[in-house]
Amino acid sequence: MKPRFYQKLDETLFEGELDNGLKIFVIPKKGFSMKYAFFAARYGGCDRRFKLGGRWVDTPAGIAHFLEHKMFDMPDYNAFSVMTARGAWPNAFTAYGMTGYLFSCTDAFDECLRTMLDYVSTPYFTEESVQKEQGIIGQEIRMNENNPNRVVIQNLFKALFKSHPARESIIGTMESISRITAQTLYDCHRIFYSPSNMVLCCSGDIDPDRVAAIAQQEVAAPAGEAPERDYGQEEGPLPDRVRIEASMEVAQPLFACGSKVSFLEDPREWTKLLFAAGLGCELLAGEASSLYADMYSSGLINKTFGIGTMSLPRSAVAIANGRCAEPMRVVERLSEAAERFEIGPEEEALFIRLKKTAIGNFLAGLDSVENLCHTHAEGYFNGCLPFEYLDIINEIKAEDAAAFIRSAFALPKLSVSIVNPLSGRPAV
Amino acid sequence: MADMAATNEAIKRCRLAPGVNLSLIRTGKFKTGYFSAFFLRELNEAEAAQNALITSVLLRGSRTLPDMKAIAAREGELYGAKINPVIRQLGEVQAFGLTVSFADDRFLPGGERLLEEVIAFAGELLLDPATRGGLLNSDYVASEKANLCDRINSLVNNKGAYAQERMKRHMFKNEKYSVYLLGSAESAERITAQGLTRHYKRVLAESRLELFYCGSAEEERISAAVRKAFRTLPHGTERPDVATELITECGEPKYVSETMSVTQGNLALGFRLGEVMRDKLPDYAALAVFNAIYGGSINSKLFLNVRERLSLCYDVHSGIDRQKGVMTVSAGIDFSKYGQALETILDMLELCRKGDISDEELNTAKKVILTDLKSASDSAVYLDAFWLRQTVSGLDYGPEVFAALVEEVTKEKVVRVARSVRLDTVYFLKGEEAGV
Repeated sequence: MKPRFYQKLDETLFEGELDNGLKIFVIPKKGFSMKYAFFAARYGGCDRRFKLGGRWVDTPAGIAHFLEHKMFDMPDYNAFSVMTARGAWPNAFTAYGMTGYLFSCTDAFDECLRTMLDYVSTPYFTEESVQKEQGIIGQEIRMNENNPNRVVIQNLFKALFKSHPARESIIGTMESISRITAQTLYDCHRIFYSPSNMVLCCSGDIDPDRVAAIAQQEVAAPAGEAPERDYGQEEGPLPDRVRIEASMEVAQPLFACGSKVSFLEDPREWTKLLFAAGLGCELLAGEASSLYADMYSSGLINKTFGIGTMSLPRSAVAIANGRCAEPMRVVERLSEAAERFEIGPEEEALFIRLKKTAIGNFLAGLDSVENLCHTHAEGYFNGCLPFEYLDIINEIKAEDAAAFIRSAFALPKLSVSIVNPLSGRPAV
Repeated sequence: MADMAATNEAIKRCRLAPGVNLSLIRTGKFKTGYFSAFFLRELNEAEAAQNALITSVLLRGSRTLPDMKAIAAREGELYGAKINPVIRQLGEVQAFGLTVSFADDRFLPGGERLLEEVIAFAGELLLDPATRGGLLNSDYVASEKANLCDRINSLVNNKGAYAQERMKRHMFKNEKYSVYLLGSAESAERITAQGLTRHYKRVLAESRLELFYCGSAEEERISAAVRKAFRTLPHGTERPDVATELITECGEPKYVSETMSVTQGNLALGFRLGEVMRDKLPDYAALAVFNAIYGGSINSKLFLNVRERLSLCYDVHSGIDRQKGVMTVSAGIDFSKYGQALETILDMLELCRKGDISDEELNTAKKVILTDLKSASDSAVYLDAFWLRQTVSGLDYGPEVFAALVEEVTKEKVVRVARSVRLDTVYFLKGEEAGV
């Protein structure tokens, strides 16, 4: 494991790679009680169509998430019981572009790490256990269907994208998960959980070389071939639909509006664009902006209003969302302000403060072992590591952020998703 | 336990004035400092909405930072020292105020001293509001009132939380505990700038105030900053303790169901913890271990049976409010599985009562709680929440002592808790076409 000291941050990053391609990062934190490990596959809700043996294969929506649930089953032990018996807290999640397995503990870190690497590397599925899981995940799907905050964002993605797989929810539908079998799970595990498609990140008061030695013993599979993935046709800047609506049991309308951000191949440029986009969103309508203050004071928006970006495999979305009586008026205000956005002295001063805030937030993130591990996995998959972020943030100019705003919130590029109350009048 | 003693951060408690306390944890391992200020009041229908409203109005503007833009600009200058309004329920105590995390001076490029500035900023927001004719700004009151009503009405957006509140409404009909933490929309509607100003002055003069700091600064520095920032707080007044009414008896279980346009049913059960709460010093460690065994962890009887064995739900869990002596269980299920889910949830409690608890279950439950307590020292937010709960319970021991008490819990003590628990209310939120 090779150390690299970042003087400005007073942090050391240890980096290594096994012969089979498994990448390892360790960020030691002296004096911390909590130890954290994160083992992630570059395989998420969007990875549904891929090339295998020269042939394109389609898998059901929700497959990566279903696989995540089933990885805790082992032929000879129950992963949850073994981990919790050591006082560890194991968990996992599936995002659009990755599946992550994690645990936190204070004692027995080495044993817990061994166990986690073991169950994530060992596929064990039966038709019976797959059927059982369909019941559990079925209720998770129902829970999300009743959650208006999820529905409004998922509908926005559906409206924005023509064919990108983020159109479908990560966990799938009752229909799509009913098509998953033990064999589909074995196939996807073999293809996407090969060591060269994974990364292990650990943080806490731990020894980096010890982590590498344990990974060497537990992750024995050879390097696999990285499958070619299909994330849909070239999207172009315009949305598929400009408006999408649903009705649910809510007290007041919820809305989300946004546009697609065109992907850049260079990882550092892409990371920089996303930071500039984040700063741009804050500059336009973040809590410290004039527009936010105006809309808030006039009662158009409230504290639920937020603006920012979400990144997806080979894409990203700029989103403004919240709960309010007149969503379309908010959308008009945003796009009007964006189209004529210029950097004057007031905007320049706000931009400098926003950069300070970004630096403060970045420093705060260094206090969380969980955040350190997750951002390193994400950064590795994206090709740009988090300890570089401070320099990237410093390079961004106010005009970069302004250019982003003018483009991202221009009316023709926007889709609007609204969830209306069932019994009330439709949104104005 | 030796390693814990080495990593545990000691707390220092100082009484600044009667009813005004500052708790300090000094540690060099964070890159951020953390400060919080909570007023403690009794939770009741008359006041709940007003208390929920106060901090939101105060964060709209102070004397020298008269609007949100000025406040946001100040936060930016202070490296994103974000002031958050916070409201928490601890039994029948409503704790409300603000928290702020800020970059540690040591890592700032210009070597500025941030701590004093941040505490002064927090103090000004709480004690020196923007006023008009001696009253809190009526525009701010009106707009935050509308926002509060929206928050109260939007509880329905989260079906699980909504079912829990509805259950509480039925179970604690004649107790303050039935009051929603943010109050009711009706009482929020009635608030005026005059009334809220009067109430705010009462809060400043009569409420217990708990201040908390965690970070690298030495005691003298933080104490001086706090004394200066809170110097205008009225003194010489009574700031009484607030208590929670304990009820341990209940009659026959009540069954309530309501309908809504939903695709999943939500089951919410309320239990009284019973006579174990009448002990001179209730065994909180045994309560925690019982909860972890029954439904509070992924290795619990509820999780392993209702979810893993029978596939009835995605989420099922139990929780305990030790202040009020109450346990709740919630689960999101298919409408048609109401009977089977309820029966299984109660069967699992019956197993605990009969002592059907393995050594492995007991040890795992303890380990889960111990890990949680040890991890506490890595998070200022967690430490703040732990100590506030201790304060309200009138307890003065830290996470490491609680950990030692958890280690001492025996199966007999857990069974005693399980036998004391009584089912009070079963609430089911179901779809409009579902027949149960």
